[in-house]
Amino acid sequence: MTKQVQQLDRVIIRFAGDSGDGMQLTGDRFTAGTAEFGNDLSTLPNFPAEIRAPAGTLPGVSSFQLHFADHDILTPGDAPNVLVAMNPAALKANLGDLPRGADIIANTDEFTKRNLQKVGYDGNPLEDDTLAEWRVHAVPLTSLTVRSLEGFDLSKKDAERSKNMFALGLLSWLYHRPTEHTISFLEQKFAKKPEIAKANIAAFQAGWNYGETTESFSVSYEIKPAKLAPGVYRNISGNQALAYGLIAASVQSKLPLFLGSYPITPASDILHELSKHKRFGVRTFQAEDEIAGVGAALGAAFGGSLGVTTTSGPGVVLKGETVGLAVMTELPLILVDVQRAGPSTGMPTKTEQTDLLMAMFGRNGESPVPIVAPSTPSDCFDAAIEAARIAVKYRTPVYLLSDGYLANGSEPWRLPEIDELPDISTEFAVPTGEEFQPYQRDTETLARPWAVPGTAGLEHRIGGIEKADGSGNISYDPGNHDHMVRLRQAKIDGIDVPALEVDDPTGDAGVLVLGWGSTYGPIAAAVRRIRKSGGKVAQAHLRHLNPLPANTGEVLKKYDKVLLPEINLGQLALLLRARFLVDIISYNRVRGLPFKAEELAGVIQDVIDGGEQGV
Amino acid sequence: MSELVNGKGLSLIPKADAKQSLKDFKSDQEVRWCPGCGDYAILAAVQSFLPELGLRRENIVFVSGIGCSSRFPYYLNTYGFHSIHGRAPAIATGLAASRPDLSVWVITGDGDALSIGGNHLIHALRRNVNLNILLFNNRIYGLTKGQYSPTSEVGKITKSTPMGSLDKPFNPISLAIGAEASFVARTLDSDRKHLQSVLREATAHRGTSLVEIYQNCNIFNDNAFEPLKDPGLRDDITLKLEHGQPIASASKAVVRAANGGIEVVARDGVSDEQILVHDAHNPDPSLAFALSRLDEPAFEHVPIGVFRQVERPAYDVLMAEQLDEAVDRQGPGDLSELLLGGDTWRIG
Repeated sequence: MTKQVQQLDRVIIRFAGDSGDGMQLTGDRFTAGTAEFGNDLSTLPNFPAEIRAPAGTLPGVSSFQLHFADHDILTPGDAPNVLVAMNPAALKANLGDLPRGADIIANTDEFTKRNLQKVGYDGNPLEDDTLAEWRVHAVPLTSLTVRSLEGFDLSKKDAERSKNMFALGLLSWLYHRPTEHTISFLEQKFAKKPEIAKANIAAFQAGWNYGETTESFSVSYEIKPAKLAPGVYRNISGNQALAYGLIAASVQSKLPLFLGSYPITPASDILHELSKHKRFGVRTFQAEDEIAGVGAALGAAFGGSLGVTTTSGPGVVLKGETVGLAVMTELPLILVDVQRAGPSTGMPTKTEQTDLLMAMFGRNGESPVPIVAPSTPSDCFDAAIEAARIAVKYRTPVYLLSDGYLANGSEPWRLPEIDELPDISTEFAVPTGEEFQPYQRDTETLARPWAVPGTAGLEHRIGGIEKADGSGNISYDPGNHDHMVRLRQAKIDGIDVPALEVDDPTGDAGVLVLGWGSTYGPIAAAVRRIRKSGGKVAQAHLRHLNPLPANTGEVLKKYDKVLLPEINLGQLALLLRARFLVDIISYNRVRGLPFKAEELAGVIQDVIDGGEQGV
Repeated sequence: MSELVNGKGLSLIPKADAKQSLKDFKSDQEVRWCPGCGDYAILAAVQSFLPELGLRRENIVFVSGIGCSSRFPYYLNTYGFHSIHGRAPAIATGLAASRPDLSVWVITGDGDALSIGGNHLIHALRRNVNLNILLFNNRIYGLTKGQYSPTSEVGKITKSTPMGSLDKPFNPISLAIGAEASFVARTLDSDRKHLQSVLREATAHRGTSLVEIYQNCNIFNDNAFEPLKDPGLRDDITLKLEHGQPIASASKAVVRAANGGIEVVARDGVSDEQILVHDAHNPDPSLAFALSRLDEPAFEHVPIGVFRQVERPAYDVLMAEQLDEAVDRQGPGDLSELLLGGDTWRIG
């Protein structure tokens, strides 16, 4: 039987199941196949903080969304075209996001009376008209998997566990994904358990064959590779890119990398990744707590390492005192905050942009710290190098504000040429014959000398007590303190950051949409939609939050209206209003999820049309 | 495992070219402790001890937290870092773990090390980071002007405890032994000879050495350790711990008790063979722990000296070995190769 093949330009798939169903792995493998095929893509994993939430319940649902296309895309997509629901909970938790006409592939084996009752279904939605608006493909995934593995020496339970690979095989057939990588991946993953490897591969192939033969699927889909800029690509998540960026910063600064860290979601993967790369001279230190993590990083920085600490919001709170010490002792230090939903423990696996003001002001005294924010998963690589450049050149702690969306999301990354990476190397202080002045500054950068232990003639003492200008001796002199407070501020204010670029193709837009950090994708996608429908809108994105680019005020004042979407209650808007007296229109949503492009397009259109309320 | 693991404490630290003197280690800063403070004696003892090590001065770093004792680094002409309350072991850990060529000292007090910094202290001890921790114990808060500390005796009347303190104090030696410390010792500010002999052993030990120094605060807790200094008492109550030597004072001796533990008895009531011989290198910490509990009730008989010194690989050496092993296995890191790792594809 020859089946019809339909061409599509883009598809959004969401895999959803219990947190033990292996949905993240399934999503990762589908992504790898998609990347290999050459589509542009963007992903959004969404999972509960509990490792194994109670089976079959709504809070236990884990999902992975993948958007892939034959052109460049900017977000993981607003609404799935296809939902793979491994159980009734997965269906119920995700149905609200499904547009009319979308495909639902449901595992009928799990739609038992008990499972349906658990999530409050009176009847079976696969059998009544609950799902009339959608195209439902009822597939007994579990029993098909078990049947396909009959020849294997496996318990029924073990056989059932391969159902995610059956689903992956089916979806791989449906969207013409290459299969070789998944097979070799499974062989490697289960190298020590060849029987399990074979079973998973068999389930995967059975899923594929099922698509080929069953009448439930009459059409399969082709999405041509995207025409991206020439180069070598790989798929990368934000956390991995950030870890690679730190290693690159170590290489480019010629400083050994020292990471002091305490495990915390969603930052731990940076610690995991860096701990694999000891051959780069990377020292990873899993500390007893957040405070010791940053303390050790600062101690290593004193000794001439590129000191880094990685954490998320609640960890930043604990590190504040040491960051203040780094400000006072003017040592390079990189503080990575992978922001998550707060306050307090909040929602650890969900994203937010709510730590900007904490990074800006969360210390006692006048304690300025530069802030850099990456805009996409792959941009975490460059942002990490930029944070290191500022830290090393200006001898200051630097905040790098990533977030959960960037950390776990992934996209194709065009690999940089190594020789094009910036040289961020610095010189340690050397004796000049004159008496050493640990707080004598470089006239251009205002940075003090970095004199590392082991250098004869530069023995000196630093600490958290106010320093006399120049000598660095303890000083309680009122005039000196006022002078030093202003000097530390002037040093940060004087950091060279590139000008804010504005994308305004017609040159006469009245509305500027401004963003920072991970909102780049949804904002840019929304701006495209507006322009496609003939609207005029300008876009600018801030990478440096402190200091701001010198032309920021000028850019803001050039437009009739400035719209600023943020996943907080208006933190950057507060800073910009105070600094530039510009009446920013804020749009704020704090749902633990990224903005949707369609949602932002609506807000932008509303502002263009005269609306003033960002709501 | 490399030979360095079990090498002496100073083997990785560069030696000075010329002979040094006390003057080389005095900084130009005016010393600002209260007149009569025990810290002066400790500073003088350390300044006159350091030349003996023959290390390059620039390879010595003193790290401190907050408190009276934590001003110490300013007065030594070495590298120094006066950090924040309780965090000196954490900062020193990062420094020592990344720089095996440095002699790193932590100067701390009973409040700094055992209250706010208790967590960092115990973890530094269990990791066996290459640090010499000098814990100045004066059993009171000095810099905040006289509140009781985690080593103050129960019932201590202070500004914050007008009816007497309620908390049971920490015994720093017991705490350190319980935290898997590989070197634990106690000495006294006023006994320079003993203090320097303990420092000598502490610096020869690679790993974390914890030295509790009984230090007099003449303003808020004067004469706290007077029984150990009183010429009429000290020889009777001081039990000097020396490896391989019987544990006894002029009039007292430590023997095995009938219940399996140890006890202090009159020296003239037992034969020499019955007196317990000190074994600082015993892998089993239980006897060292029992010795640390002997001075209950306080100052009837007080062991001083090295309670425990066992060889265990130091953290910095183990960390460096992992880096070397990674290079041996996979070759030195290559950035281009790292980025190209995983599944890549080419466009154009």
